Amino acid sequence: MIEILQTIEFEPFLLSFKLAGLTTFILFIISVPLAWYLSQTGSKVKPFLEAITALPIVLPPSVLGFYILVALSHNSPIGVFFEDIFGIKLVFNFTGLVVASCFYSLPFMVQPLQSGFESINKNMLEASYIAGKGKFETIIKVALPNIKPALMTAIIVTFAHTVGEFGVVLMVGGSIPGETKVASVAIYEFVEIMDYKSAHIYSAIMVVISFLVLLSVYIFNGRAKKIGV
Amino acid sequence: MIKIDINKKLHGSNGKMNLDVDLKIDEGDFIALAGQSGSGKTTLLRILAGLEESTGTIKVGNEVWLNGKKALASQKRKIGFVFQDYALFPNMTVLDNLLFVQKDKELANKLLKMTELIELKDRLPNTLSGGQKQRVSLCRAMMNRPKLLLMDEPLSALDPAMRTKLQNEILTLHKEFGTTTIMVSHDPSEIYRLANRVIVLNYGEIINDGTPKDVLLKTSGSQKFSFEGELLDIVKVDVINIAIVSIGQQLVEVVVSDEETKSLKIGQSVSVSTKAFTPMIQGL
Repeated sequence: MIEILQTIEFEPFLLSFKLAGLTTFILFIISVPLAWYLSQTGSKVKPFLEAITALPIVLPPSVLGFYILVALSHNSPIGVFFEDIFGIKLVFNFTGLVVASCFYSLPFMVQPLQSGFESINKNMLEASYIAGKGKFETIIKVALPNIKPALMTAIIVTFAHTVGEFGVVLMVGGSIPGETKVASVAIYEFVEIMDYKSAHIYSAIMVVISFLVLLSVYIFNGRAKKIGV
Repeated sequence: MIKIDINKKLHGSNGKMNLDVDLKIDEGDFIALAGQSGSGKTTLLRILAGLEESTGTIKVGNEVWLNGKKALASQKRKIGFVFQDYALFPNMTVLDNLLFVQKDKELANKLLKMTELIELKDRLPNTLSGGQKQRVSLCRAMMNRPKLLLMDEPLSALDPAMRTKLQNEILTLHKEFGTTTIMVSHDPSEIYRLANRVIVLNYGEIINDGTPKDVLLKTSGSQKFSFEGELLDIVKVDVINIAIVSIGQQLVEVVVSDEETKSLKIGQSVSVSTKAFTPMIQGL
């Protein structure tokens, strides 16, 4: 068993986690203001924004991947802009994967945060405004600490969902070892070359990690509910 | 002096109505806002707090809070607000709830001592009783040293004994800090005990404004005892009818004639009155 484990190349896993970590961090920063806006607004643009945010859940990853690829490639204005101004290529490298993952996992961060914010007693937020605090301070000190279960769900599920992505990554990143070859792509390739043993080990590791992540979310949320935070 | 002259269209439970209030309030006054639910009391309070939009003018001393549509933000009004549901911050201890408003430990400790909460200062709100929570909320509202203290039915969720205790604390704080206080309340004894002026709203308009005695004592003509209550039941006992009426927290029985029975409907509001020449009054 130990021998088998020693022969395993862990790089794809590390890459998956690095990608998921970065994506989660970036999405958190983008999603808190977005989810806050959606939770507080009564504006007519709200359903449009909500629909756009939720699109990645229903679209086939290949569709999303295709559009991101087209939009970011060096033939598109966006791709040209980034390459000329910042010297960054956005496809078939790690940076491109992060950008694509941010689109792909957006709803998994925004939706729990939004429903968390919506569940907050409005009077509590108003009490904070009356206490002289602005929106930013109210979000950081009052809103976020009081939606810990939603916060936890958003972060962990976004992370886990990004680790588990496949279609978009393959379309935008290809399979460059150490750059874009994440765990899910590696498994696909093992199966393709009929290396079932490696595919088994990789898949089993993914199952165990995913299960542990979800288990920890449910345990945490169960406890948080009990103490009523 | 607080000058209020505001207008706002409301879509309440009773359909569309116009909240139209023109008021002058002296500094240091304790005002009770009364009226049926849906009459615009809470909305008026929220407009004063800057939580709701309206048009008109609000002037507090020399400060302009509302001019036309231009409103000063809630954050800058330096008011205290006590919500019916306490609205404490569950993630902060009692002391931190107070310090969140103003980092003034001395004031916080003073307030907590005045309301006998000092022992509980490190507890989280969820471990407190309703009465304790509302006292914390009251202390938190005072942390701004507010010129204007607004309270939206602060005691309606509490039992009668706790109400009396908190009424005394509210009065003490009101006097100690010299605030102008506006409180929404339905409870006549509470209004009588605390307020020096009662304003009654109905469909967005002021229909009564005066001292609690003038507004609340509902005697007319030569009647001396007059109570409003709900008719719960009419029971026929032998040859007489007995009406059971709920007045305040008590049930009373009144004899009614067959004629009167016909004009009464169970569930309706009734007034029970009598001439009282030699009433007895005893301490309990």
